[in-house]
Amino acid sequence: MAVRLIIDNCTGCKLCLRACPYGAIDIIDDKAQFDDNCTQCGACAASCTFDAILLETSYTPDVDVDQYRGLWVVAEHLHDQFRRGTFELLGEGRRLADKLGVELAAVLLGEGVADMAKGLFAHGADRVYLAQDPVLAHYRTGPYTDVLSGMINQHKPEIVLVSATPQGRDLAPRVAARLSAGLTADCTGLDIDDEERLLVQTRPAFGGNLMATIISRHARPQMATVRPGVMKALDPDPSRTGEIVEIAVHLDERSVIAKVVETVQQEADGQVNLQDADIIVSGGRGLGKPEHFALIRELAEALGGAVGASRAAVDAGWIPAYHQVGQTGRTVQPKLYIACGISGAVQHLAGMSTADCIVAINKDPAAPVFNIATYSIVGDLFEIVPALTKKLREVR
Amino acid sequence: MNIVVCIKQVPETTEVRVDPETNALIREGVASIINPVDENAIEAALQLREGHGGTVTVITMGPPQAEEALRQALAMGADEAILLSDPASRGSDTLATSYSLAEMVRKIGEVDLILCGKQAIDGDTGQVGPGLAERLGIPQVTFAIELSVEDGKLRAKRVLDDFFEVLEVKLPAVVTVVKQANDPRHPGMRNVLKAKRAEITTWTLADLEADPKQSGFDGSPTQVIRVWPPEKRGGGKKIEGTSEEVAEELAQAIKEMDIAAG
Amino acid sequence: MDFTFTEDQTAILEAVKEFCEEDLAPKAQETDEAGVWPAENVKKLAELDLMGIPVPEEYGGLGMDFLTWSAVGEELSCSCTTTGAVYGAHVLAVVPIMMFGSDEQKQKYLKPLATGEKIGAFGLTEPGAGSDAAAVATKAELDGDHYVLNGSKIFISNGGEAELYVIITTTDPSRGARGMTAFIVEKGTPGFEFGKDEKKMAFPSLPNRELVFTDCRVPKENLLGRERGGFLVAMRTLGVGRIGMATGAVGVARAALEAAVPYTHQREQFGQPISNFQAIQFMVADMATEVDCARLLTWRAAWLKDQNKPFEKEAAMAKLYASEVAMRTTTKAVQIFGGYGYTREFPVERYMREAKLFEIVEGTSEVQRMVIANHVLRELNK
Repeated sequence: MAVRLIIDNCTGCKLCLRACPYGAIDIIDDKAQFDDNCTQCGACAASCTFDAILLETSYTPDVDVDQYRGLWVVAEHLHDQFRRGTFELLGEGRRLADKLGVELAAVLLGEGVADMAKGLFAHGADRVYLAQDPVLAHYRTGPYTDVLSGMINQHKPEIVLVSATPQGRDLAPRVAARLSAGLTADCTGLDIDDEERLLVQTRPAFGGNLMATIISRHARPQMATVRPGVMKALDPDPSRTGEIVEIAVHLDERSVIAKVVETVQQEADGQVNLQDADIIVSGGRGLGKPEHFALIRELAEALGGAVGASRAAVDAGWIPAYHQVGQTGRTVQPKLYIACGISGAVQHLAGMSTADCIVAINKDPAAPVFNIATYSIVGDLFEIVPALTKKLREVR
Repeated sequence: MNIVVCIKQVPETTEVRVDPETNALIREGVASIINPVDENAIEAALQLREGHGGTVTVITMGPPQAEEALRQALAMGADEAILLSDPASRGSDTLATSYSLAEMVRKIGEVDLILCGKQAIDGDTGQVGPGLAERLGIPQVTFAIELSVEDGKLRAKRVLDDFFEVLEVKLPAVVTVVKQANDPRHPGMRNVLKAKRAEITTWTLADLEADPKQSGFDGSPTQVIRVWPPEKRGGGKKIEGTSEEVAEELAQAIKEMDIAAG
Repeated sequence: MDFTFTEDQTAILEAVKEFCEEDLAPKAQETDEAGVWPAENVKKLAELDLMGIPVPEEYGGLGMDFLTWSAVGEELSCSCTTTGAVYGAHVLAVVPIMMFGSDEQKQKYLKPLATGEKIGAFGLTEPGAGSDAAAVATKAELDGDHYVLNGSKIFISNGGEAELYVIITTTDPSRGARGMTAFIVEKGTPGFEFGKDEKKMAFPSLPNRELVFTDCRVPKENLLGRERGGFLVAMRTLGVGRIGMATGAVGVARAALEAAVPYTHQREQFGQPISNFQAIQFMVADMATEVDCARLLTWRAAWLKDQNKPFEKEAAMAKLYASEVAMRTTTKAVQIFGGYGYTREFPVERYMREAKLFEIVEGTSEVQRMVIANHVLRELNK
């Protein structure tokens, strides 16, 4: 990949100067010039309205792979809190970095987030690449892509892991396309091939009907988004420390194309936070009617758990989509998962089959959910669920 | 407003099975459909056209039989359909696919908006939309549930983990839409018949003056080395009896798990 | 006779099947239980260009044949019996205008029916004129530029919801069948009102209403066909209507079969799926065979109609056989489901109640046997 200036087209308008996060552009004699700070991040090309800066992003399988060393994890945070997937990435990243014998670094982008580096060290990072700027305060595709691409070009990690969250799945493909890197989506398993020093990525495909193993042999970095709720985070060790590498960036809000007009928190009814829940009670088509979700809510309440749903129930409009568990919803890993009136389409099972204990209640004895259930109950959920709620309240 | 919708023809995934001997996909007898959420993208395009005028062009890359998916899109009401079919594109990963689609969009010329479905049900990657936006050097809005256009600006509501975000970007842009965005229309029979007889433009990489090395296996940094069916988790214990007895036994079992509430 | 579908027919059937699976079937139970006119479904039939399949394109139709119309109707009835019934009743206004209407009448009335902009209904049955159709007593008397209608019709499918009605009257009661005259009457015409909507064994969402005419003035231009030519209009309409009823019956029978078969695999008794038992297998075999026979009879009648060949006997055979197959097949489906089949948890008890309609409506099984016997006794009397 390379940034190329078509000097005849350049009008010296300074749009690129404003867009460059690394302060690498000067306008001399009404023409843009790049200096050594240039990371080839591509921000200037996106800003140019005169076709004077081209980003040549052709993939060529002749990258010198030996130039690339180290494993990076992109930290994701909201309101000064890391998203849970970040620590999971660090946990898995630690294991892989040790196998490779390299450092584990975390990338932290934001504004006023330096203090958060501690949490990254505690969860396994050796080093934190920190870039701070008011423009980075909230995630937006453009500036995050520019800064991360530049950092990768500069420091050349061999592996970059990103959470397969909406943010990660917005950012990673953009960065990968800019760098012509190989990117594997939504991985549920990662390992290192010692012989070839390759990241071996495993992920479900075809709605969970199939598993596939994928490698990027010739391109660097090897990028993957990793499904939250699958990898194990390390127990935090507050005494761990590491090196903070500050990356100087200068961003100009005026060159950011996307404006966030507003953000709206979804109504949190206390029973939604599926990914962090130890206990999830889920309802499916077998409930028959939206009102019957009350039974699920009551059982969840008795257990102190969250409420989940199958795609069928969400598609029917019985419950909002953010309750959905499965391939197209959330992947969850609770200690206890109670599936009520859920037949267990493979897409649903893909999102919950790693629960420690699965209880399935369904009137259809042939429901596939029984194949993976720890406890199988063939019967009428309208009788069993309320009875169970009652019993649990008594036990308490 | 000129809108391009990128669609993909996919196998009905609920029917995909793996040969236990060879670990190869059994595609025989599996229906090919338009990737479901791509229908939402088509619907969103048609609704924007109804409000703003212009054209809706549907494009796809794939084997000649991908024409069927394009005909379905035409039946829904798209104005034009273009297929990129070139043996050299076989084996394209998301990077190579975004390259080819970007070249198609460039050849089409004046495009204000590009719509894609959030992700395809076969690959489940969701990477082509952002990749395409990057290749074209234009902004992207992923996971859109609502979108409107006014004065050359697009306003979109995005569905994120536990919040919505309303973004405003200048056009042209790439937008990926989620299933909840709308309810795709069923085609009228008149359109079905018209679409059957419609001319589908077919391009090759040469027509695009595209670099064949950027497409297909050559242009794909990732490589699938193994495919296999997921392991089945063994069946567990059956609890039987009256509802009362079942509840009792289950409550006991849950109590013994000793999960701290909260 | 060749029932290989053309590419066009195949494309239409595929699109209709998808619509049925995604839109109609999931809401079928709801549509039935609502007890109200399925306005949304009817609107979709119009949007999908399904309300005028056999109508020439110049009058807003698809210009396809009755065979296609029947194959589509089976899909609709199989996934949502109520919507299928509306489709079947609508054509009873389409057919007589298509066959007997003047060009002006076709422009004015057939077009909106074919596009589904307006819904149609057909009024023949009266309290005293059921199987004996010639006993119609609703009178039409010429008065200047108008005919004045007096009388009432009962059990009229789509009644009250439809905007256009083809009404069979008598202009000369002394001449019986030869005194009957057909009219097109618009909803909202002064003196045309709707009476009782029947509470029925099934189809609560399908209106079967009384039409009441009190000095209702219908313009002369709305006379359909010839004066005193109404019996022919009625018979031709019922001929096609019988193909429609046979189609609906095949649809509900197939729905019962398709509900029963998966259940035989799921349901275990004596430690194995009941599909292992010969008693069940024989039921399934009979159901499948009879549904196929009924469909083939129905298609034959539609095909004859499409070839402009006589089809009255064949339509009666199809209607008779298909409705009785619907009754037998749905009864067996309930039997296969056992106790569950008798509950409202599964749709098969509803199919069984619905099936009964087809043995009665548009000529009872007995009337069909009369029609068939008339033909056979004449044809084979050599």
